[in-house]
Amino acid sequence: MRVLGIETSCDETGIAVYDSEQGLLAHQVFSQIELHAQYGGVVPELASRDHVRRIIPLLTQTLTDADLQRQDIDGIAYTAGPGLIGALLVGATVGRSLAWAWQVPAVGVHHMEGHVLAAMLETPAPEFPFLALLVSGGHSQLVQVTGLGQYEILGESIDDAAGEAFDKTAKLLGLSYPGGPALAKLAQQGRTGRYEFPRPMTQKAGLDFSFSGLKTYVLNTWQAQTEPDEQTRADIALAFEEAVIDTLAIKCQRALKQTGLKQLVIAGGVGANQRLRTQLAELGQKLKVKVFYPRPEFCTDNGAMIAYAGYLRLSSGASEPLTYGARPRWSMADLAGA
Amino acid sequence: MNVLIVDTATEACSCALICGDQVLSRSEFAPRRHTELVLPMVDSVLAEASLVPAQLTGIAFGCGPGSFTGLRIACGVVQGIAFGLDLPVAAISDLAALAQMTYHRHGATQVLASIDARMAEVYWGCYRLNADNCMQLMGEEVVIAPEAVSVAEAGTWVGAGSGWDTFADALTQQVKAQGSQLEKWWPELLPDAVDMAPLVRAAFAAGDVMAAEQAMPVYLRNQVVKT
Repeated sequence: MRVLGIETSCDETGIAVYDSEQGLLAHQVFSQIELHAQYGGVVPELASRDHVRRIIPLLTQTLTDADLQRQDIDGIAYTAGPGLIGALLVGATVGRSLAWAWQVPAVGVHHMEGHVLAAMLETPAPEFPFLALLVSGGHSQLVQVTGLGQYEILGESIDDAAGEAFDKTAKLLGLSYPGGPALAKLAQQGRTGRYEFPRPMTQKAGLDFSFSGLKTYVLNTWQAQTEPDEQTRADIALAFEEAVIDTLAIKCQRALKQTGLKQLVIAGGVGANQRLRTQLAELGQKLKVKVFYPRPEFCTDNGAMIAYAGYLRLSSGASEPLTYGARPRWSMADLAGA
Repeated sequence: MNVLIVDTATEACSCALICGDQVLSRSEFAPRRHTELVLPMVDSVLAEASLVPAQLTGIAFGCGPGSFTGLRIACGVVQGIAFGLDLPVAAISDLAALAQMTYHRHGATQVLASIDARMAEVYWGCYRLNADNCMQLMGEEVVIAPEAVSVAEAGTWVGAGSGWDTFADALTQQVKAQGSQLEKWWPELLPDAVDMAPLVRAAFAAGDVMAAEQAMPVYLRNQVVKT
């Protein structure tokens, strides 16, 4: 079975084709980062407008790359939520209409399910059950994954998502949008031990996160400088990054012990962070837990994860009627099992 | 020719199928329900004509102006189907559709078409019937304050569209101030795919068509970020 995947939930247009026999055949992503940079964040209306411009050229390119004709596609998957409603509707509308034109089944995929399953596109791939740490600009969640559609959210952020905290903190430190990766880069120049920020909510039991307080710590520390210099900025960036990554690692360890799971899967944009990868690899060795990551380009939003999740959904019998839609807010816990 | 037409620019959701000399259609007043309705409508109108999607020879859509999300729904449907079946696309103005509708339903030949654009503005276009019985734009379509609209040519006009509901006073005053007579206006009219059929036939006859990736909404309002 060959499935075309379409992702337009935020500021990346992603298209891919997954083949159940041959794996991923082709994928294309167009990032709108430059479009939104001047506004310091994603402008939803501009994002929607750009998806409309990019989607058909990317579809054409992806099918060409995969050397496929229209009759070679057996099903279509599109991100149906959560995300920006206007942006989601572009991919959902094109995807559902294309499926009608080709008279093939279509399925709306949960964006975070796509992220959770993205590591399964890699070799070696994790197998159910596993613990997933989802860390992106929109989400910070620890999820117990027992099978397709069987997700128990063990903990999540009560305020800012991890990626959001990175971006906002970068902005406070005067880094340009999108600040998360820039902050991580700056932190490499930082000196360990000059500042020590708290590890929020690690003293209490439980698996929830809170990152918004760290922002205030950064702001206060930065503003207390009488003569702020580059080294200080890097030292603060490092202290912030250490605090976030430590917190994520502490909660992962707690969740692994609580569930007894032997595999840890990292997903979402923050999953590309090197310090996070290093620290969780060490944790994995210590606990004898296998740690899995998607390749960095599949940590951020992409069509490949949607094509793959869509393949799993379609092959387990799911398909959407012609009355399609999109859901800006949608908990993964509400998904049905397969 | 088997040409499908889709429009979701306003609170109405409609589609039509030009099938030789015949035009089959579906239409519903359905605020915020376009994604539920549009594809079932399309599917049922083809079924009525005993056609399968692969038998379509072209596709058209109301490209705007109108609700941004609505425009993208019609555009997305058309992009998906046109890409999938390699069909030529005709983009039809929703103001032209309103003018054409006013001709079909009320016999008007000079129409000031206007859709409420929110933010104290209207979408505005002046249309006159041509020799082929198709409404033709005079001047340009604009998004503008109702107090600032201009009439393409002094004469006797009628109004059509939701702009004439929200801003009837300002628009009538402005039209009269420019030396034109306003006979009547129909504020309740919403664009409908069925009324686009003659415009679509004309576009295809003239070769005024494009490929799927060129099918784009015409928003008119392009200043969407407060800076």
